[in-house]
Amino acid sequence: MCVAIPGKVIEIYEKDALVDFSGNRVRAIAGLVPVSVGDYVLVHAGCILQKLSVGEAQDMIRLFEEIEEEA
Amino acid sequence: MTDHQITKIKTWLAAYDGPDISIMEVCGSHTAAISKYGISGLLSDKLHLISGPGCPVCVTPTGYIDRLIALSLEKDTTVVTFGDLIRVPGQRKSLAEAKGEGASVEMVYAPTDIVRLAKEHPQSRFVFAAVGFETTAPVYAMLLEQLVAEQVSNVQLLTALKTMPPVISWLCEHGSGIDGFLAPGHVAAVTGADLFVPLAEKYRVPFGVAGFGAEELLLAVYGVFYAVVQYRDRGVVPSVKNYYPSVVCAQGNQRAKELVEKYFEPCDALWRGIGVIEGSGRRLRAEYACFDAGSDQLMEDHKKNPACCCDRVLLGRVLPGECPLFESVCTPMNPQGACMVSEEGSCHQYLMYHRER
Repeated sequence: MCVAIPGKVIEIYEKDALVDFSGNRVRAIAGLVPVSVGDYVLVHAGCILQKLSVGEAQDMIRLFEEIEEEA
Repeated sequence: MTDHQITKIKTWLAAYDGPDISIMEVCGSHTAAISKYGISGLLSDKLHLISGPGCPVCVTPTGYIDRLIALSLEKDTTVVTFGDLIRVPGQRKSLAEAKGEGASVEMVYAPTDIVRLAKEHPQSRFVFAAVGFETTAPVYAMLLEQLVAEQVSNVQLLTALKTMPPVISWLCEHGSGIDGFLAPGHVAAVTGADLFVPLAEKYRVPFGVAGFGAEELLLAVYGVFYAVVQYRDRGVVPSVKNYYPSVVCAQGNQRAKELVEKYFEPCDALWRGIGVIEGSGRRLRAEYACFDAGSDQLMEDHKKNPACCCDRVLLGRVLPGECPLFESVCTPMNPQGACMVSEEGSCHQYLMYHRER
């Protein structure tokens, strides 16, 4: 039920945006987070929940280091 | 991740031979992904993944379903729902069965679709079955924003909204034997990973916020098991790690959290098979009570089949295959309990993917 799918913003309208999911284009409610054309966003139940980012992956980097340290 | 790193992780998970460790994937979408990718099959016999109470329709009590059915039979009233909920059995029947008998039930892709229905049929009342966790609550808040702004008065919500921290606390305090948690990635997308910090500190258990792809999930599973070992063997204090940074940040989506606060307030909530957990739900605030379809009195929970083990499956006390009804009486075509209905339900997933552990 908490399924959410990443897509790319193609067009922006007054209250929603056209989002492309691998060729399947769906209008999703915007307003929870500012978005621009070209942004990658996470859509849940027809609503843009979050913008995808090149987030701070520090926890992952640290874990990779630990993996390398493991005998 | 490089092939080398993946190989190292898989080798570690398969070779582990210390004391048994159990971690819980709280989120139903994680249960589905773990089953699909066969991740539990990569684990040594000493490592256990337990499917938790994070499938919203699975934890919704029968009294809620029965109330929806009653509403769908009322004159000029239509119940509107997501697909997940429509086949969940109430005490006697499901919404799908009621619809077959003439009840007015509609399925939508997004809650905001209900506004179009309401405007097309101004003489009818539309009741949305508002179930879900922190992920979905902002979507209902956006719906309410639209209803208020456009002065739509023939839409109401029947709420069964729940929040994660109280049920995780409940599990930690009731001797469930869980050593760590895979934290739900899309809940954290809204709330922020920091939601789980007080729980990690209070109960001394590690949390790994996980995504839903095969590699990112594998990494998070390893990260949580490894953190349990590090705490046990070296005293490394358990914490919350974010293994889904493309979507999750520490603080989450501030606007979404504010909107949810605007319309909803905490309340006690009944969980199927668990009982009432204090402060684990959300209901409409008094000033928006005109949008409520009578959500407050729904404290009934009766199994359709007395032998159904959904309640204990949700808590990780029995595996789906240990339920006497599993695959014989209870199947996705004829579900006896909610865990077999939802595509994120533990029983449904264990059956569809022949998952045994």
